[in-house]
Amino acid sequence: MENDSGKNYWAANIRLVTVLLCIWAFVSYGMGILLRPALEGIKVGGVDLGFWMAQQGSIYVFIILIFVYAVMMNGLDRQYNVDEE
Amino acid sequence: MDLKTMTYLVVGATFALYIGIAFWARAGSTGEFYAAGRGIHPVANGMATAADWMSAASFISMAGLIAFQGYEGAKFLMGWTGGYVLLALLLAPYLRKFGKFTVPEFIGDRFYSNMARFVAIICLIVISVTYVIGQMRGVGVAFSRFLEVDVATGLFTGMGIVFLYAVLGGMKGITYTQIAQYCVLITAYTIPAIFISMNLTGTPLPQLGLIGNYQPEGIPLMQKINQTIMDLGFKQYDGPVRSQLDMTLYTLSLMIGTAGLPHVIIRFFTVPKVSDARWSAGWALVFIALLYTVAPAVGAMARLNVTTTIWPNGVQEAPIEYAAVPQWFKTWEKTGLLKFEDKNNDGKIQFYNDKSDAMTTLAGERGWEGNELVKFDRDIMVLANPEIAGLPNWVIALVAAGGLAAALSTAAGLLLAISSSISHDLLKGILMPNITEGTELLAARISMAGAIAVAGYFGLNPPGFAAQVVALAFGLAASSIFPALMMGIFSKRINSHGAILGMIAGIGVTLAYIFAYKGMFFIKGTGLFPASTPEYWIMGVSPEAFGAIGALVNFVVAYFVSMATAPPPKEIQDLVESIRVPRGAGAATEH
Repeated sequence: MENDSGKNYWAANIRLVTVLLCIWAFVSYGMGILLRPALEGIKVGGVDLGFWMAQQGSIYVFIILIFVYAVMMNGLDRQYNVDEE
Repeated sequence: MDLKTMTYLVVGATFALYIGIAFWARAGSTGEFYAAGRGIHPVANGMATAADWMSAASFISMAGLIAFQGYEGAKFLMGWTGGYVLLALLLAPYLRKFGKFTVPEFIGDRFYSNMARFVAIICLIVISVTYVIGQMRGVGVAFSRFLEVDVATGLFTGMGIVFLYAVLGGMKGITYTQIAQYCVLITAYTIPAIFISMNLTGTPLPQLGLIGNYQPEGIPLMQKINQTIMDLGFKQYDGPVRSQLDMTLYTLSLMIGTAGLPHVIIRFFTVPKVSDARWSAGWALVFIALLYTVAPAVGAMARLNVTTTIWPNGVQEAPIEYAAVPQWFKTWEKTGLLKFEDKNNDGKIQFYNDKSDAMTTLAGERGWEGNELVKFDRDIMVLANPEIAGLPNWVIALVAAGGLAAALSTAAGLLLAISSSISHDLLKGILMPNITEGTELLAARISMAGAIAVAGYFGLNPPGFAAQVVALAFGLAASSIFPALMMGIFSKRINSHGAILGMIAGIGVTLAYIFAYKGMFFIKGTGLFPASTPEYWIMGVSPEAFGAIGALVNFVVAYFVSMATAPPPKEIQDLVESIRVPRGAGAATEH
């Protein structure tokens, strides 16, 4: 894999993982903990947004992140011709 | 049919199912014993991973933990689910491509060092043994509470069942049993939750009930909970947290630790392809989320239910007469999880926070002499749920079977991680490399039986560290295994010296911090500080939250040591290149 295609595949992978992990950190540590006081006025039903993200929302986002990763990586595998078929 | 017969029937039926699976899914090779022949469908593996992951603590204790901590309990919810994002994006697909059987094996091969492998084996065994003792204890306790047998008998029954399917079937038997156990535990958890949500909020989905309105009064459920508990001097349910830094690090330590737990990682060795490992992590989290998004609702609603049972008309009126408490209160009093002490001899249950100043004044006016609900165990929140909701006996029986399923499925996964690290890493990998596959398979079965015996012994005589699962297991996994695996995949430059010293430094600072507060090797009174409470913690960071710092130390030490020493040999750099691309994963299996 010492060629350009191999390097580009790995770089694309790192970019994707970085973006997804930024979202991962933002929804949990950001909205769920550190930014919660700033989000205080915003309500989700009977609770505030920060509380909801910490006890519910972040978990849903985590699921979406993993499935987005699976779809995008399987696409990258095919695009760079390193898939398992 | 009375409850006890019903419980025997339901638990017996689930055990018969597990034993049936044990005979059907026997392992014929080391590949089947360690990795279920790598033939598990990603959705099925997701389900097995969920059961593997969700332990007696998740099933029985977590909702109660959240009920008492309120908002801050979210650290467990986020920490124990967010780790799957790290696992999916940073570890699982690459370790599946590597195509071997154990976590120490990857660390030993990638860092071309038996020393590195040995450090990993030690960490794995300490983590898994700590963890498995809690499960064994959970099995014994579930038996004794629901089936009214003594803890030892319950423990031996549980060990016998695990012995059958884990020794015969290895990972193959464990996988299919875990799938069945997942179905049992998730049904048992959600049915009472749905009924309680219906009762309180009128919506069957507990996730919506949590943010919905409290039906009898038409105000938000959260507002009702806050009013009810703050009137009794307890802190606001969704109030601000003591330390945002501690909560952040605590959550991060649980996430990194989760991703570094060997018994979870090896589940991803069982799927056919690299792309399956990615899907499978997503499915695992879906199945985990089914319980983890219900748990905060269960906790909040149970907290309200228990409180309003004792104070049916609020603190302005008198609390309930002890003679008039519902049957579940009496049932759980017998187990010692609830305890009432009539301090002022008025026959009523004054349950309030007697450490709150405002309440002291009120108590003086009303003739209360302290909180009379002297024992209120958090496990009540889940265990008594079906009775609180007035559900039929078969639901209570199902909760017993669910608690046992959660404990047994996690125990089996941990026992496999322990036995494979002994037979495959220690014996075949380091001590006796020339043994045949047949001998290794026999060794694997013997170490499995040995691990079950050790776990059972500690389950009966729990040592001091057994209660420290969160601090010890997650701290070690976060500070040693996760960083070593991640650097092994994402860096070609980290060499054996860097990895070994990094792991040792990470474990060192983490254990030092834990021992400083909890006592040297958890022996009471040998710590550096008088107690493990916020006023003594450095910058307010609890020992349980320190794994993330340990991981950081590991990364930094590994980086600088590697930079100061020679890069890894060419074949190791090629190995890293090869695990980064999925192609050829099938071939890597045939080693």
